[in-house]
Amino acid sequence: MISMKSIVRTTTAIAAAAMLLPLAACGGGSQSGAVSDKIPAKGTDDGAQITLWTRSPLERQAKNVVGVYNKSHKNKVKLEIIPNDDMEGKVGGASQTGSLPDILAGDVVRIPYWASEGIFKDITKQIDALSNKADLQQGHIKAGTVDGKKYTLPFITDVSIMVWNKDLYQQAGLDPEKGPASIEEFTSQAKKIAGLNKDGVSGSYLAGQSGGALAFDLFPSSWADGHEVMNDDGSKASLDNPSMKATLDAYHQLAETTNGLGAGSKEETGATWTAPFANGKVGVMPYPNTSVTAVIEAEKKGGFKVGVAPIPGTEEGKTATFLGGDAMGISKDSKHVAQAWNFLSWLMQADSQKQVFADKGDTASNIRTLKTAYTDADPRVQTINSVIIDGHGQTPKSPAFNEAFNAAGSPWQLLIQNAVWGKGNLQADNQAVSKVLSKE
Amino acid sequence: MRRGMIYALPDWLFIIVLFVVPIVLLIVMAGSRWTLMGGNRGWNFPTNFTKVLHNELLGHAIGFTLEYTVIVTVILLVLGLGLALLVQESSAWNNVLRTCFLLPSATGLASASLLFYALYSPQVGPVTKILAHLGLMDANGSVLATGQSALWATIIVIVWRFSGYYMLLMMIGLQSIPGDLYEAARMDGAGTWRIFRSITLPLMRPTIIMCLVYCVTGSILAFDQFFILTKGGPNNATMTVVELIYNFAFDSKKDLGMAAALSLIVLLALVVINSIQMRGLRDNTK
Repeated sequence: MISMKSIVRTTTAIAAAAMLLPLAACGGGSQSGAVSDKIPAKGTDDGAQITLWTRSPLERQAKNVVGVYNKSHKNKVKLEIIPNDDMEGKVGGASQTGSLPDILAGDVVRIPYWASEGIFKDITKQIDALSNKADLQQGHIKAGTVDGKKYTLPFITDVSIMVWNKDLYQQAGLDPEKGPASIEEFTSQAKKIAGLNKDGVSGSYLAGQSGGALAFDLFPSSWADGHEVMNDDGSKASLDNPSMKATLDAYHQLAETTNGLGAGSKEETGATWTAPFANGKVGVMPYPNTSVTAVIEAEKKGGFKVGVAPIPGTEEGKTATFLGGDAMGISKDSKHVAQAWNFLSWLMQADSQKQVFADKGDTASNIRTLKTAYTDADPRVQTINSVIIDGHGQTPKSPAFNEAFNAAGSPWQLLIQNAVWGKGNLQADNQAVSKVLSKE
Repeated sequence: MRRGMIYALPDWLFIIVLFVVPIVLLIVMAGSRWTLMGGNRGWNFPTNFTKVLHNELLGHAIGFTLEYTVIVTVILLVLGLGLALLVQESSAWNNVLRTCFLLPSATGLASASLLFYALYSPQVGPVTKILAHLGLMDANGSVLATGQSALWATIIVIVWRFSGYYMLLMMIGLQSIPGDLYEAARMDGAGTWRIFRSITLPLMRPTIIMCLVYCVTGSILAFDQFFILTKGGPNNATMTVVELIYNFAFDSKKDLGMAAALSLIVLLALVVINSIQMRGLRDNTK
């Protein structure tokens, strides 16, 4: 039998411990220091084992990179692929326990938050010393820049582009070589495909419950028309701009059309977002370039023919893209900083980019490589590269991006649900996004 | 006395490491500014609780969790008892039925949810096509497209996964009732309904309350099934309280302090709810 006295004694002890623990646990979360100048310009290749984490959507490209590096270096990179949805939890847990990998690569929209929370080492001097710094994809460097200190470099570039199923276009009487050059054309072409009334075939498809995929798909149309989706410091949304309104109206029309948007679009969480197009069931949709390679490979093996074009705005001839993918930095917990820098600096070189990306039909993060190493590549890969070379791509940056856009049930996700499947008030929903952005 | 304390030491260590330390840490976390990436940045009580209580999703999440708990508990207890009564007699056919009912319990909840996610998917699963063929829904729709249909789709997963388990628990209760009582009642002329009402139900009370406690606790802590099937959507319509805790910790807020504060609130609520249910058990055993 437990006495009242012992309960009181135990409770007091717990309370006392609770009061003391915060003091003991204080001190985390400071910005980690700069990497020493003594590290050689190309890092150290002495046979150390370096750990690297990245996300599952970029598994194929990451394995290519690591395979080539491990074959040509004494250092060995041990790659761990983390499911996209587990990334925050895994990185957070490791950050608390000091067990982050040597190199951490993550979704470029998550990078500003990670960098501001001090989980990377400051590699400003090393990045500035790179002779080809100007050739690198700047969006991934800017995403990891906090108070003038640089923490990240591009790892894998993923851009959004428009794809269409040429076989379905032919069946619908559309020109299979001509994809949409404006949002209006996108809507009319998608409606034609919907009009085929083929089992399971839809005009377009949307990941209605994946804030990240929605941003990736829809932001470029606003950028193409010269509108911004956020202000410079990412504290205020401007999603009620005329271009976004026209884009959302187009999707609303498709949602109202039989077979306009593929079944499951409204509740698609992103888990099977790219599958309907890859299975030949969708006419035209914005798509990640990292998944296009697989569709082109399938075409060579007898699959449907695929067309690729930049994502248009409302005005014909104006295009843009979302410069996404993973940026990488050396984590605060790395014990092999010089070796990790060896990997980073090696991957930034034009030769390495050609070997690991261009030769595999993937998109390089080095503009010089994009311009010179794809002369024999499939014209569609060259189209994908052109959207980066043209400089019409953007990477949105805000420390609160995840809460405002990516998180389950985010205000951006609700804005889309209201605008496409409901009767939304775009201005009010835009204000709800701004409210979250301005909090941080 | 000293020897007794030494004997009790392993138990005490077990309790301290697995129960006291986590609860103390939870309390500390709930009273601190503790972000996912940045760690503990000092005591901030009661800010986390204020933020949680003012969160616009909390009220809906509590309401939805309670709605789900009530529906699932009623269905599982009635179905569990019904199935147990159906197959309580030992026969070859009943053995086959028992195995069939119990088999889904061997599947992990996450695996079961993934299985149904595929079945419900309009792209790859047959459910949409079958329901559309029967005229019960639009061929372009999905059972997960609205809050209510997503709730019922999830309940079907849970009923499929757990009804055999509750049948087993109820069968154990039924088999502990002495056969003499039924025999005596029949000799006194009692019918099936009267026997069920006056013998089976009163003597099954401890088992039913135990199942009630399991079911209510499990349903209030529902997470896997909704996380996999709906991610709390559409429009946060299927956001449960534990999903909100996850959301605070790892998704939207990345704030372990807020997540711990809500966890503590849920813990206290469960203590109160379970105490009330256990009182029912004690009243019966007096």
